[in-house]
Amino acid sequence: MTDEPLLRVSALSKFYGSRVGCDNVSFDLWPGEVLAVVGESGSGKTTLLNCLSTRLLPSSGTASYRMRDGQFRELYRMSEAERRFLMRTDWGFVHQNPADGLRMTVSAGANVGERLMAVGDRHYGKIRATAVDWLSRVEIDEDRIDDEPRAFSGGMRQRLQIARNLVTGPRLVFMDEPTGGLDVSVQARLLDLLRGLVTDLGLAAIVVTHDLAVARLLSQRMMVMKDGRVVESGLTDRVLDDPRAPYTQLLVSSILQV
Amino acid sequence: MPTPLVVSDVAKSFTMHLRDGIKLPVIAGVSFSIRAGECTVLGGPSGAGKSSILKMLYGNYAVDEGQIIVTHDDGLIDLATASPRTVLAVRRQTIGYVSQFLRTVPRVSALDVVAEPLVERGEDREIARGKARALLAQLNLPEKLWALPPATFSGGEQQRVNIARGFITEHPILLLDEPTASLDARNRDVVIELIAAKKAAGVALLGIFHDHDVREAVADRIIDVTAFAPGKIAA
Repeated sequence: MTDEPLLRVSALSKFYGSRVGCDNVSFDLWPGEVLAVVGESGSGKTTLLNCLSTRLLPSSGTASYRMRDGQFRELYRMSEAERRFLMRTDWGFVHQNPADGLRMTVSAGANVGERLMAVGDRHYGKIRATAVDWLSRVEIDEDRIDDEPRAFSGGMRQRLQIARNLVTGPRLVFMDEPTGGLDVSVQARLLDLLRGLVTDLGLAAIVVTHDLAVARLLSQRMMVMKDGRVVESGLTDRVLDDPRAPYTQLLVSSILQV
Repeated sequence: MPTPLVVSDVAKSFTMHLRDGIKLPVIAGVSFSIRAGECTVLGGPSGAGKSSILKMLYGNYAVDEGQIIVTHDDGLIDLATASPRTVLAVRRQTIGYVSQFLRTVPRVSALDVVAEPLVERGEDREIARGKARALLAQLNLPEKLWALPPATFSGGEQQRVNIARGFITEHPILLLDEPTASLDARNRDVVIELIAAKKAAGVALLGIFHDHDVREAVADRIIDVTAFAPGKIAA
C-alpha cells in the first residue's frame, strides 16, 4: 500500500462560453477508493467526469495521475497519443448507454479481446480464454461469446461493457450512470457485480450518478454538486446520514421510501 | 495501557435548512473516556443523544465542536477533524460498530456479510468464512440461512447477522447500539457471553442497552447522557 494518491485534482474548471460546466473542483483519489459524484442533471457532474477522463479539456486547473512507474504526470500536458494509450490500458470508461462503449457489430468475445490486443496480446487462444473468463465473471454464458451485443438485453450489454473495460486490469475506472435506464432487478445484480469486482481488483473508481442508493452501495466517499460547484463532500455514509448543506438535505429528503 | 478513546467537550446540533434553518441542539459538553477491558454503557431516555454520540465516534455523524481522540496505529487521531480516508482506516483497524439495523446488500450471503470485515482486514476468505460459521452457530442462526442474503430474514435473525459481523474482528474498540433489542432470552445470553469474551481480550466496549438485565450483566460503568443536555447552552 502506498500513501500517495492515484489522482490529484486541483481547481478544475470548465466554462462553456459564459456558462459554468464545473467550477473550482479539487480532490485526491487513492488506489482502491470509490468516489461517487452526485447531483441533478445539469449540476456539472458529467462535465467533471469528461474533464477527468480527458475526453474534454478544462478551461483551467490541473489533474495529475500517478503512472505505473510512480511518476505523476499532468494529464492536460500529455500528448493526444499518450492520453489515448492511458485510456486503452490503465483506465476504463463505463458509459450509461452500452452502445457508446461497445462495438455493436462485432462479437461479444471480440469486444473483450480487442482491448487485450490494444495492450499487445497477439495469441488468439489466450485472448479467447481470457475473454471467456471475463464473460463468466460478468455472468454471461460462454455460448454467447460469438453473438453480437445487438442481440443482448440492456443488462447483458452493460455487463459486457464492464468486462471490456476491466479485462486489461485498469487502475482507474470512470463510470457515468452505470445503472441508469436498467430495470431495478437488473440494477441490483449489476451493482452487486460491480461492488464485488471493485473490491476484488482493488480498483479506484469515479462514479457519476443521480441515484443516492447507488452511491451508498458502491462508494466510500462522495461529492455533491450543484450548479457546477461542489457543495458538500465527505464519507458517503456521513454525507447521507448527516447532510449539512441545504442542497444535500433537499436531495436526501427527496428519496422515496419503499 | 493507554486510554483507547477520549472524548472532550463534544457538541452536536442539526441545522434543518428545509425548515427555515432551525437549529436543533442534540448534545453539548460531552466528555468521557473508555478503558480497555471494560464495557461502558451510555444511559438516559430515548432522544437524549446516545445514538448520536456513538455515530460521532464512528465518523457517521459530523462533530460541531470538541475532540474525539482515538489511539490508532501507534498514534493519536482526532476523529472530529480526520479526513474521510483516515476515518475509513480507523474503522478497518480500530473501531468496530454494531448498528441497530443491518443494511443489507442484494445477493450477498449472510455468511459473507459476516466474513467481510475480516476479509477487508486482509484475512484469507476461507478462514474468515470459518470464523463466520462458528459465530453464526454460536448465535443459533439456522444453518440453512447462512447461504442466503439476509434481506428476507426476520428482525432477530438480521440482528444476529449484524452482531456476528461486529464481533468477528479483533478491533480494540467496539461500539454497540442496542445489539440485543430484538433478541430472545437465549440469544441475549449469547451476546452477554460474547461481550464478556471481548472484555477478557482487552477490548474497550461502549454500548447502549435498553434491556435492564443485559445492562446489569455487562456494564462496568454507566454514563448518564442527560448530563450532556444542551439546554443550558442553546440560545
